[in-house]
Amino acid sequence: MDLAAQLPLLLGLAWLTPLVSFVLILFFGPRMGPHGRNAAWVATAAIVTSLVLSLTAFVVWIGAHPGTASHHGGHGEHALWETEHGPAAGSAYAAESPGKPAAADAGHARPADGSHGGDHDDHGDAHGPIAYAGDWYTLYEGGRLKLSIGWYIDALTILMFVVVTFIATCIHIYASGYMHDELHDVTDHEVTLADGHHLHRPGRFPRFFQALSLFCFSMLGIVIAGNLAMVFVFWELVGICSWFLIGFYYERKSASTAANKAFIVNRVGDFGMLIGLMALWGALGTLHFADSKTAGPDGAVVESPGLFSLVRPAETDHQLQVPDGMVTAAAAAEVATIAADHAGAPADGASEIAARVPGWRDAGYGRWLLFIAGVGIFCGCVGKSAQFPLSVWLPDAMEGPTPVSALVHSATMVAAGVYLTGRFYPVLSPDVLLVIAYVGAITLFIAATIALVANDIKRVLAYSTVSQLGYMMLALGVGGWAAGLFHLVTHAFFKSLLFLCSGSVIHACHTNDMRKMGGLLKVMPWTGYTMLVGCLAIIGAGIPFVIGLSGYYSKDAILAQALSFAQANPSHWILFYAVAGGAALTAFYMFRLWFMTFMGEPRDHHIAEHAHESPNVMVAPLAVLAVLAVVAGWTLPGGFGLANLLEQARPAGTAEGMTGGFVFGQSLTFPAEYKSHEGAIHVTATMTAFATALGGVLLAAAMYLWKVISPAAVATALRPIYTFLSNRWYFDELYDALFVKPALGIAGLASGVDRGLIDTLIDGVAWAARQLAGIDAWIDRTLVDGLVNATAEATWNTGLKLRGLQTGRLRQYVMFIVVGTVALFVFASLAFRATVSG
Amino acid sequence: MIGAFAASPLFGFLITEPVSVAHYLVVGAIMFTAGVACMATKRNALGVLMGIELVLNGANVNFVAFASPYLAGDGARSLGLDGQAIAVFVIVLAAAEAAVALAITLNFYNNHATVDVDRADDLKG
Repeated sequence: MDLAAQLPLLLGLAWLTPLVSFVLILFFGPRMGPHGRNAAWVATAAIVTSLVLSLTAFVVWIGAHPGTASHHGGHGEHALWETEHGPAAGSAYAAESPGKPAAADAGHARPADGSHGGDHDDHGDAHGPIAYAGDWYTLYEGGRLKLSIGWYIDALTILMFVVVTFIATCIHIYASGYMHDELHDVTDHEVTLADGHHLHRPGRFPRFFQALSLFCFSMLGIVIAGNLAMVFVFWELVGICSWFLIGFYYERKSASTAANKAFIVNRVGDFGMLIGLMALWGALGTLHFADSKTAGPDGAVVESPGLFSLVRPAETDHQLQVPDGMVTAAAAAEVATIAADHAGAPADGASEIAARVPGWRDAGYGRWLLFIAGVGIFCGCVGKSAQFPLSVWLPDAMEGPTPVSALVHSATMVAAGVYLTGRFYPVLSPDVLLVIAYVGAITLFIAATIALVANDIKRVLAYSTVSQLGYMMLALGVGGWAAGLFHLVTHAFFKSLLFLCSGSVIHACHTNDMRKMGGLLKVMPWTGYTMLVGCLAIIGAGIPFVIGLSGYYSKDAILAQALSFAQANPSHWILFYAVAGGAALTAFYMFRLWFMTFMGEPRDHHIAEHAHESPNVMVAPLAVLAVLAVVAGWTLPGGFGLANLLEQARPAGTAEGMTGGFVFGQSLTFPAEYKSHEGAIHVTATMTAFATALGGVLLAAAMYLWKVISPAAVATALRPIYTFLSNRWYFDELYDALFVKPALGIAGLASGVDRGLIDTLIDGVAWAARQLAGIDAWIDRTLVDGLVNATAEATWNTGLKLRGLQTGRLRQYVMFIVVGTVALFVFASLAFRATVSG
Repeated sequence: MIGAFAASPLFGFLITEPVSVAHYLVVGAIMFTAGVACMATKRNALGVLMGIELVLNGANVNFVAFASPYLAGDGARSLGLDGQAIAVFVIVLAAAEAAVALAITLNFYNNHATVDVDRADDLKG
C-alpha cells in the first residue's frame, strides 16, 4: 500500500473508533458492569486505539517524509503539492492516477506537470505542502454544491491527530479516577431542592464517557475534514459536546447556564462562519480545500480546483490573488451588461468576461468578498477559540468536571479555532490577518490581566488559556503560521497538564479557592512538581539560546515573528508590546498560582490536614504529560522536531511572506517566518522573552513567596484597577446590558403583545366560535334530533300496535292466510274485470 | 234435488256434461278447502298436519288435471308430463315436511305434554 491509501485508512479508523465507543456506551452503557463502570474501559480502549493508529500514521509519515529540513521551510526542501484520491472504500472517484503515489513515495520528487518547475530555486515560496486529499463518500451533489465526507491529510493533520488522541487518552485515564464518585448515587451539595434537602441522584459515569467519546470523534472530524462543509458539521458537533460536558452537573443552575452560554456564544461566531461559507461557496462554488478529481459525465476525469489553489493558483507562484469567481461575483453588474450584449452568442460573452477579469481584479473587484470570507471564517474561530469579544464563555466552562476543562482547554474545542485558522491560512488576505493579529493581541492582554487577580485556581487557568489562544491567533495574524500552530501543540501538552494538576489539587482540597490553599507541596509532591513543570513550560522557561521547555521554543517563535512584523510595519509595534507584556503577565499569574497553592504555610489548616496525594491513575497522566511539556519543543539532532514537521504542511506560497492590504489604508508586509529565526531579531526576541518571564516570576515570588510586597497593599493602592480586573473588565455586565437585557426586554414586550393582544384576539375568536356552536347545538338538539326521534317514536308505536297481531295461534294464522288469499283473489278479479271492461 | 243442481248455471255442467278437467278441478278445490278448514279448526297438531296433507294433495290433483293433453293444445313442446312431475315433487316435499312437522310435534309434546296448537303460542308478540 502506498502512502496515499494508507494514511486515510489509518486516520479514518482513528477518527471513527471513538464514534464506535460512543454508540456502544449510548446503547449498552448502563449495562457495562456495576453502575456502568466498564464504560470507562470501552472509551479508553477506543481512544487508545485511536492513539495507536495515529502514531502508526505518524511513523508512516515520518518514514516517507523525514522532515529534517532546515528551519527555512520550503526554502531548501523540494516539497510537492499533491492531491491524491486513495483507493479507500467508498471513494467516489472513478479514476485515479497510479503514477502519482509513487512520486510521493519517492520522497521529494517534483511533480512532472511543469507548471511551477524550473525556477523553484528562486522562488522557494512556490513550493506547496505535502498533502493528500480525497473523498470517502459524497453525501449530496447537485448543481455546484457538493457535500462530501473527505480527508485532507498533511503533517499538521497527523500532528493534531497524535496530540488530540494522546491528550484525550491521558484525560480518559485520569477521568476514570476523577469521576469515581459518579459510580454511586451522588448527593450534590451545590443543589438545594425546594424542600431544603440536597439533590440526590444516580451516578452518571457512563454518560460522561459517552460524551467524551463523541467529543473526541467530533474533534478528530474537524482535523481530518477535507472540506469546509464537513468542518462546519463537526464544528457544531464539538459545540454540542461541549454543551453536554460543561452542563454535566445540569442540576446546578450555574452549570446549565454556563453550558447554554458556551453554546449560544459559539452560535454568534458560527453565524459569521456561515456568512464566510456562503461567500466562498457562492463565489467559488467549492468548499474543498484541495483540488479534487471527479468523474465527468462522459467518464473522463475532471479536475476541479479547491479553495487553496483558487486563491493561490500555480500561475502566480501560489501568491494570493482574488480568485476569478469572486471578481466576477463582485462585478456582477458589468458581467450582466456584457452577457446582455452577447445575448446571441453566450460563448463570446463568456470569453470577453474572462478577458476582462484581470482588469477588474486590478481595479479591486472582489477583494471585499475575499476579506468577508476570511473574516467570516475567522468569526467561527473567534467563537470556538474564545477570542475577544466572544471570550466570555470559556471561564464559565469551568463548571464542567475538571477532565472536561482539561480537554476543552487543550486539545479540543479551543484548539479547533486555531487549527481552522491555520488550515484556512492560505485563503486569508493580509487585511484579515491584521484583524486576526489585533483580535489575538486584545484577547491575550485582557485575559492575562484578568488572570492576575482571579482567585479560583481553575479560572486562572481558564484565563491563561484564553490568553495563550490570543498568542496563537496573534502569531497566525502576523504571518507566523508555524509559530502559532507550534504553540498550539506545545500549549495542548502543558495546559492539559496544568488542568489535570489543578483537578488533582481540587480533588484533594475540595475547593477551587486558592486563598484557602498553601503549603501543599509537602503533601502532594507529584502534583506540585509536575505543575511546576507546567508553569515553567507555559512561561517559556529555558536557558536562552541553549535549551528550554516546550513553551520556550514556541513562545520565542511567536515573539520573534511579532517583532519581525513590527519592524516591517512600524505602525503596528503595539502588537509586539502586547506579546512581550503578555509574557510578563503570564509569568506573574502562573507563579502566583503556584506559590499560593503549593508554597508557604497552609492558610486553612482543616484543608491542609485532609489533603492527600491523588491516586496513581490520576498521577500517572500528570507525569507523562510533564515529560512531554518539557520535550515537545525540542529538535533532535538530525533536525527531527515538531517545528520542522510543521514546515512540511506550510501552505503553498507563504514561506516568503506576503505583502498587500487595502482595507486599513496601507500596504502590510508579512515577513517570511524563517527570517525571524535569524540574527538580531532572534536574539532580541529571546532576550525579551527571558527578561519578561523572569521579571514576572520574580514579582510573583516577591509578593507571594518572600512576601516583601504585600498583595493586599498593592490591591488597595490600585483599588480601581483591581476592582476593574476582578470584575473581569465588566464584560459579563456589558454583554448583559448590551444584549441579554435588551433581548429579555424585547422578549418581555413580545410576550406582552402575545398575551395582551394576540391572546385576547384569539380568545375573542374562540368565544365567538363557542357562541355559534351553542346555536348550532340548539338546532341540532331540537330540530334534527326532534325529527329523528319523532320518526323513531312513530316506528316504535306502529310496532307496538302491530305486535298484537302476532298472537301465536296457529289456527288464527291459517284464517289470516285464507282470508288474505281470498281477499287477494277478490281484489285481483275485481281489478281484472275493471281492466277488461274499462 | 239433482235436477235443481243440474239446472244451476254455475255447477250444473258437472252432471250434465261428461267427466272433464273441470271435474277434477272441483275435486281438487274441495280437497283444498277441506284441508284449509281442517287446519283452521283442528286444535290437535296431528289434525292440522292432516289438513296440510289434504291441501297439498288438492293442489296435486289440480296439477295433474291441468296436465291433461286436452288442455295442452297443438303448440305443446313438452312430453305432456309437467303436471305429473310437479305432483311427484310435491309428494316428496310433503313426506319431508311431514317428517319435520312430526318431529316438531313430538318435541312440543315432550315440552308441553300436549299437542294442542293453541297452547303453542310461545312466539306471540
